[in-house]
Amino acid sequence: MAIFIDSDTKLVVQGITGRDGSFHTTQMMEYGTQVVAGVTPGKGGQFFEGPDGKKVPIFDCMDEAVDATDANTSVIYVPPAFASSAIMEAVDSGVDLVVAITEGVPVLDMARAHAFAHDRGVRILGPNCPGLLSPGKSKVGILPAQIVTEGPIGVVSRSGTLTYEAVFQLTSVGLGQTTCVGIGGDPLIGTNFIDCLEAFEADPDTKAIVMIGEIGGTDEQEAAEYVSAHLSKPVVGFIAGQTAPPGRTMGHAGAIISGAAGTAEEKMKAFEDNGIAVAKRPKDIVGLIQNALA
Amino acid sequence: MDIHEYQAKELFRAAGVPVPPGEIATSPADAEAIARKYGGMVVVKAQVHSGGRGKAGGVKLAKTPEEARKYAEDILGMEINGLTVHKVLVTPAEDIETEAYLGVLVDRKTQSAMFMVSAEGGVDIEDVAHNNPDAIRTFAVDPRYGILPHQALWLANTLYDDPSEMKQASKIVTQLYDAFVSSGASMAEINPLITTPSGEVKAIDAKVSIDENELFRRPKVAEMRDTSSEPPSETKAREAGLSYVKLDGNVGCCVNGAGLAMATMDLVKYYGGEPANFLDIGGSSNPDKVVSALEIITSDPNVKVILFNIFGGITRCDDVARGIVTAMKRIDIKIPIVIRLTGTNEELALKILADAGFSAYTSMDDVVEKAVELAGNA
Repeated sequence: MAIFIDSDTKLVVQGITGRDGSFHTTQMMEYGTQVVAGVTPGKGGQFFEGPDGKKVPIFDCMDEAVDATDANTSVIYVPPAFASSAIMEAVDSGVDLVVAITEGVPVLDMARAHAFAHDRGVRILGPNCPGLLSPGKSKVGILPAQIVTEGPIGVVSRSGTLTYEAVFQLTSVGLGQTTCVGIGGDPLIGTNFIDCLEAFEADPDTKAIVMIGEIGGTDEQEAAEYVSAHLSKPVVGFIAGQTAPPGRTMGHAGAIISGAAGTAEEKMKAFEDNGIAVAKRPKDIVGLIQNALA
Repeated sequence: MDIHEYQAKELFRAAGVPVPPGEIATSPADAEAIARKYGGMVVVKAQVHSGGRGKAGGVKLAKTPEEARKYAEDILGMEINGLTVHKVLVTPAEDIETEAYLGVLVDRKTQSAMFMVSAEGGVDIEDVAHNNPDAIRTFAVDPRYGILPHQALWLANTLYDDPSEMKQASKIVTQLYDAFVSSGASMAEINPLITTPSGEVKAIDAKVSIDENELFRRPKVAEMRDTSSEPPSETKAREAGLSYVKLDGNVGCCVNGAGLAMATMDLVKYYGGEPANFLDIGGSSNPDKVVSALEIITSDPNVKVILFNIFGGITRCDDVARGIVTAMKRIDIKIPIVIRLTGTNEELALKILADAGFSAYTSMDDVVEKAVELAGNA
């Protein structure tokens, strides 16, 4: 088992002919993801050349792509100016999950796109996220495949490379993963920690969860309360940004301490108060997970 | 991106919000001339990207043009929270009967623009939120419809009993929302929103932050950026496409990815050091970016050691290693550099670095400990 994506995931790539879109489509196909279609307006009827001579049909719009292929998931590598429109097009096309990789989408555009998706019951992951990967089953996004392996740990994080760091350390001691999810570094994201925790709790193969947060907002605090109220599985947490100054955006648009709110300190305290083992350093995550599973 | 009060007032005026006139002075003589033109009492206000201007002595009421000149002299060049004041706004003083707060900001929880109003204006809204949370009312605007007339009236009704004031404020709520959306703001605030003895409702202060991701489609707003209010290194980093925040420590950090960059700074602190900066070099192995990053980090004289922490995922470590080696040939660095690379193709990367004479590590903890030690010995 896994969460959100598995071997039944049939993927459309929006922006398949762009630099990032084409590179990552090849990477996803090499991993074994079923990429069934691509969308680039104006390039309908052409084919994307994948690895081993595999050809992926390109369509002008999402509707055609989903009609022709029964795709159930979309991934978006479209520039920021057009990203929210691509997200809403995907939502309208009938897929269940829209993974928005694009960084730099205006936040008020996303307010509209999230409301639109909410009305239609479609899950958005991101934007500004690395996507997700269920080892041995499917990879949607940009997570590097060679650092993961199959196993019992669910990983959810607001960050990209910091997640890779943690996953790589887990993998190097033989602790594999059910699914690794990057929920994104923007202030308004479609899938939050609680959504992932709920899914991991329901997944019988997931035995323990790693939750990697950072400064900004109160998602981690609410997730911590959710853990103590609803989770039977052990959770290990890490928070990045203990040394970040207030009022400054630290790379991710959502990583900002506003006034006195959203500090690493209050998030770590919320974790501790709710029975989540807190890793002081990234490398402590492995030991805490081993303790939790023992 | 923060903009100045006078710029925020321009955005508000364009949306129809009643804002008293005002002009910018960069010299005491200008301030005096502006005050003379207006006649009567004026307020001289420091234009700086910081709260607490009043407490710091950056806002003064001048009874005469000569006094306006004297206050401008005091305020221009003054430092407020580490930022130097280069401009003052001179604006006619208003007779104030009541002071309220009206603001709108992007709210994560409701995923929408959220209004906050309070009859307790003229003070820091965070203090009100802390001491008397019941004095604040909030309203999340449905992004599908924008602020509707009855919703604006409801907000205005929480502030004023007088029908005329209520109507004026309701109009201001809608105008503020228009200014917020049309400028691509993440926050727009009127504090205080005043009433005058003759029953007029006006915005006498204005604060706006712009969503950086909006700037590509709002060139006029983008021009409002004041680079004199940030360290030159941060201006340079932005132009080079790097995300950089200057700090006060001596361990220069160069990391790929924002989360890992923050975690690296935290680890420097964990091992007893102080990070000199946050820097996310992104997913690229482009030597030009590495050179820009190194120039920016070393432009800070406090930096005693440079610490690279690179996780090669999609970007291969050997590509990054080659980028670093190429960059080092183009720039002369006199302080020690320690490098940690791990992930895809790390063995090859370590060999490339070793052949070029660099100390390279695979463990994040080892390299941070080494960097802290080198910074301590310097």
